[in-house]
Amino acid sequence: MGNDGSEPLILAFCCHYCAYAAADLAGSLRLNYPPNVRVVRVPCTGKVEVNHILRAFEWGVDGVIVAGCLEGGCHFLEGNLRARKRVERTKQLLKEIGMEPERLEMFNLSSAEGPRFAEIIREMTERVRDLGLSPLRQVNTIREST
Amino acid sequence: MIVANRKDIRDLRTMVAPYKRVLIVGCGTCVTVCLAGGEREVAIIGSSLRMALRLAGQSDKQIDECTVERQCDRAFFDPLTESVGRYDAFLSLGCGVGVQELAERFPTVAVLPGLNTQFMGTLEAQGVWAERCVGCGDCRLVEFGAVCPIARCAKRLFNGPCGGLRDGRCEVNRDIACAWQLIYDRLKALGQLDRLREISPIMDWSHGNDGGPRRVVRGDQQIAAACARD
Repeated sequence: MGNDGSEPLILAFCCHYCAYAAADLAGSLRLNYPPNVRVVRVPCTGKVEVNHILRAFEWGVDGVIVAGCLEGGCHFLEGNLRARKRVERTKQLLKEIGMEPERLEMFNLSSAEGPRFAEIIREMTERVRDLGLSPLRQVNTIREST
Repeated sequence: MIVANRKDIRDLRTMVAPYKRVLIVGCGTCVTVCLAGGEREVAIIGSSLRMALRLAGQSDKQIDECTVERQCDRAFFDPLTESVGRYDAFLSLGCGVGVQELAERFPTVAVLPGLNTQFMGTLEAQGVWAERCVGCGDCRLVEFGAVCPIARCAKRLFNGPCGGLRDGRCEVNRDIACAWQLIYDRLKALGQLDRLREISPIMDWSHGNDGGPRRVVRGDQQIAAACARD
């Protein structure tokens, strides 16, 4: 599906063990969710650094999701806890930068929660649509090559 | 180590306003360890600043990034010499020493302080750094069981606690452990409580924190001068 630059683009960092598996399950269940998301699989949300999120916004994405295991259920024990702290820190930086911190959110879900994954994508897409496209967006970088 | 913390992005944006081409320079030593100005933080500040400038309508600025091993020693500045002509300003993420060293070595480039340097201290717990030494120049830790009453007592008392000690905490700020409680506990563990019977005389501040910037000179190390003479 091509993106002519008028639809919000959301990057989702999904951990391999839970969020990505849930996304996969959502696919198997043929659940519908908005096509605005691009999934980046990471071994654990603890791999995601503050700078990864900032670079995504700098590049022009309209929203970022960091989706990991339920707290207490992280495959690497506390990777998702580190990710939560980093997401909070990045939200604070976004405020200082002059962007809406609501464009970034952390979610926790288990690998069995296919419908929850779809719900998260729906929720963030709607939120980002309400906030509007990123003021840093450059149409050229978002347009996908076919 | 020297502990510092970051400045608000809005302050950084104001500081770089007069300049078109800015190089953010990180430091690989103290500020890396206290997570304020290392390579990772340079990348974070770089991204943040570029975004903030674009949002403020100043996207014509160029913000680049690099990190040197240490900023308190000019021997590590070689990677920067070629950058001098390409930038109007360096935004240093080093401590106050680093900022000044860069400025002195590269007088044609404006050097801006990206951090607030705080103190000489240590990592007390994960994510918590605390002051330990004020650099008084006349170390008397032997009298106090290696707990410094100048750095760690809010009132800098030399002969026992004030009356405000409660549950081992300081009356000035309950987050601070009472230094004299710590001194007492340490001397007790060492079996040296009788030290407390000796009066510790007042501090002679003429060794430090007095009379302008200090200098330590080691004549035995000044070889080049000696060779020049011969």
